[in-house]
Amino acid sequence: MRITFPHMGNSYIAISSLLKELGLDVVVPPPCSKRTLELGTRYSPEFVCLPFKINLGNYLEAMERGADAILMAGGWGPCRFGYYAQVERDILRELGREFNMVIIEAPDSRLTSLLNQVRRMGIKTSWFQVWSAIRLSWEKLKAVDRLEALQHYWLPRVTDKGRCEKMIDAGLKAVDGCDDLRRMAEVVDRVERDLSGLERDVDNGSPLRIGLVGEIYTLLEPFANYCLERQLGRMGVEVVRDVNLTQWVNDHLFGGFLPSAPSLHATLSLAEPYLQYWVGGHGRETVASTVGYARRELDGAIQVAPLTCMPEIVAQSVLERVQEEEGIPIMTMYFDEHAGEVGIITRLEAFLDMIRWRKMKTGDTDAKNLFGSRCRFCQHEFGGS
Amino acid sequence: MRVGIPRGLFFYHFYPQWKTFFNRLDWEVTTSPPTNKKMAGGGILTAVSEACFPVKVLYGHVLELAGRGVDYIFMPRLVSIEQRSYICPKFMGIPDMLRAQIPGIPPLIDLCIDVSRNEGNLYRELDRWAKKMGLRPGRVRKAWNDSTRATCELEAICRRGYTLGEGIAIWEGKTAVEPGPGDLTVGVLGHCYALNDPLISLGLFERLREMGAAVVTSEMLDPQKIEAAAARLPKRVFWTVGRKMVGTALMLDEDPEVDGLIYLTCFGCGPDSMIARIIEHRVNKPFMLLTVDEHSGEAGVVTRLEAFCDMLRRKRRLELAHNLSPYGEFLYSH
Repeated sequence: MRITFPHMGNSYIAISSLLKELGLDVVVPPPCSKRTLELGTRYSPEFVCLPFKINLGNYLEAMERGADAILMAGGWGPCRFGYYAQVERDILRELGREFNMVIIEAPDSRLTSLLNQVRRMGIKTSWFQVWSAIRLSWEKLKAVDRLEALQHYWLPRVTDKGRCEKMIDAGLKAVDGCDDLRRMAEVVDRVERDLSGLERDVDNGSPLRIGLVGEIYTLLEPFANYCLERQLGRMGVEVVRDVNLTQWVNDHLFGGFLPSAPSLHATLSLAEPYLQYWVGGHGRETVASTVGYARRELDGAIQVAPLTCMPEIVAQSVLERVQEEEGIPIMTMYFDEHAGEVGIITRLEAFLDMIRWRKMKTGDTDAKNLFGSRCRFCQHEFGGS
Repeated sequence: MRVGIPRGLFFYHFYPQWKTFFNRLDWEVTTSPPTNKKMAGGGILTAVSEACFPVKVLYGHVLELAGRGVDYIFMPRLVSIEQRSYICPKFMGIPDMLRAQIPGIPPLIDLCIDVSRNEGNLYRELDRWAKKMGLRPGRVRKAWNDSTRATCELEAICRRGYTLGEGIAIWEGKTAVEPGPGDLTVGVLGHCYALNDPLISLGLFERLREMGAAVVTSEMLDPQKIEAAAARLPKRVFWTVGRKMVGTALMLDEDPEVDGLIYLTCFGCGPDSMIARIIEHRVNKPFMLLTVDEHSGEAGVVTRLEAFCDMLRRKRRLELAHNLSPYGEFLYSH
C-alpha cells in the first residue's frame, strides 16, 4: 500500500516524515501546479472552494505515481472542510479509482485512532517508533516555521531577492532530507548565517510591515495565493503572519497548551468587540489577529481566503469596522481558479502605495525611506530639487 | 416595546414562534414587508459583495425596519438549532455583521441559540437576556417554552401540503389559495429563505404550478423518514438544512409519484456547493440545479423550468409508449 495526502504549503515535509517513520510507503504528490488545479477543477463541484479543487488534483497526480491510499482530515463543521473527504472519495470512486481512504475525524478521533488505522494496514509499529516519529516531524515543523520566518525577515532587506529565495528553498530541501533530530536546528542556523551574509538593501532599511490573516490553506499554500508572501517580500515588505504550522498543531491538537509553540488562544479575546462568537474555520482568528496587528502598529493587513469561504466572509464584514476603529488599512483578496497573477501584483502595488502615502501624510517618515531614493514613475530623486 | 422581525433567513421557519414569544412578553411585533427590489438593492449596497443573496436581502429588511423606528430588531445568532449540527457560519456572525455595517442600527436582540450540545445553553442565554432587559427569567423561559408550540403548529400546517410561506399565512389566519392538482409532481429542494422569498426564487413555486406541476418540499414530508434517509450517507451531514435536503432527495427519489427534482441554490452558498453534488450523484430521477443570485434574469429561469417540465412530460409519455428512457438508459436498469 502506498499512501498519499494533500499538500498545504510546506506541511508535506513533516507529514511525509511522520508517515515514513511509521513504516508506511509514502507518495508525496508533485508540487501544486497549473495541471494540479486543472485536474481538480475538472472533477470538482463548480462552486466548491479552491482548497478542495487543489486537494483533488493532488490525489489524482499522486495516483498517477502509484498511490493507492489517501490520508485526509475530517471535521464537524460548520466549515465545508469537514465534509471534504466524503465528497472527494465519492468523486474518485466515480472516476473508477480504487483506493483506501483514511480519514482522521477530529475531535471525535484522536491520534490513537490513527495508529489503530495504521496497524490495520498491516504495519507493525512499536510505541517507541511512534514517539520518535512524532518528535522528528515536530522538529521538522518547527524548522519549516523558522525558515518561513527567516524569509519574511530577510527577503525585503536584501538586494538579491532571487538568491535569498534559493537559500530558503535549499534550506527546506535540507530539512526534508534530514533524519537526525539533533541536526535540524543546525540546518536552519546555517541558512540564517548565509542569509545574514547577503548584501543589504540600504534603501529599504525599515521596510513596511504587513500582517497576513485569513483562511489557513490559502495563507500557507503559495500556489493558492500566487506566492503572495514572496511577491510582498520582493516589493520590499516584511510579512508578519500569526498563523503557522506549529501554531495550528498546538491550538488544534493540544488545545494551545504546548509551551514551546506559538498559540492564538490568548489573542482571541481581541476579536470580542467586533465578533462575539466563533464562526467556524479561521473567521475569529482573522479578526483577532488583525486587531493584534493594529495594536502592534503594523502598517497594514491583507486578508486572504478562497472565494465563497463562509467564515472569512463574516470576518470581512466586520473588518471594515476594525479598519476604522483600530486605524489599520485592510485589503481582502479572494482566490479561485480564475485569478491572474498580474491583477494580483497590481492590487498589491496599489495597496502598498496607498499605505506609503498615508504614512508620508501623517509624517511618520520621509519619502526616501518609503519609496527608495528615486521615484518609480519619473525617476526624479527624492529630497533633491 | 416594539420589536421588528426582518423577513429574511430563518424567518420562514420560526416567525410564528418568535412572534408568540414576544407577544407573551406583551411586546408588539412588526415585520418588514415582502422583499421588493428597493430593499434588495439597499442590502446589496450595504453587505460585502461576496455574501450570498439571501444575506444581502436580510440586510435590506433590517435597513427597512431601522427606517421605521422600531425599538429593537430581533436577529438571533442561530448557531445550532439541533444537536451536533450547524446552519452556516454566516448565521453565527450575522448580528456582528449587521452592527459593523449598518451605522445607527436599532439595538439588536441577538439571542444566541446554540443547542449543539444540550438545551441548557439556550436557557442560560434566555436568563442572561432577561436580566439585561430587566425581565423575570421565569417569565421569559415560560414565554419561550410556550412559543415552541407555534413551530409545531406551522409544521403541522405544512405537512398538509403547503410551503412554509403559505404555512405562515395560514397560521396568521389568512385563507390560503389551494394549490391546484398538476399532471406533474416536482420535488423542490433548497434553503427555506431562498425558496419562499419570491424575489430570490423568482417565484419558483408559482411558476411551477402555472406550468401544471404540483410542488413537494421537505416540510410536507415526515421529518423522521427524512432523517432516516439522510442517515444512509457514510458520514452524518453536519449542516441542518443540508442533511434535510439529502434526506428529502433520497426519499423523493424512491417515490413513484415524483417526476423530477429541482434544487434551488444561491450563488456562493457553501454547504449547497457540496450537498447538491452529493444529491446529484445519488438520485436516479431527473435533477436540475438552479443557481440564482441578484443578477438572475427571470426569462432564463422560466425557460429552464419550461424545458425541465417539458422533458418530464415527454419522459412520462415515452415510458408509457415504449418502456425506453429518453435519457439514454433502459428503464429497468434501476
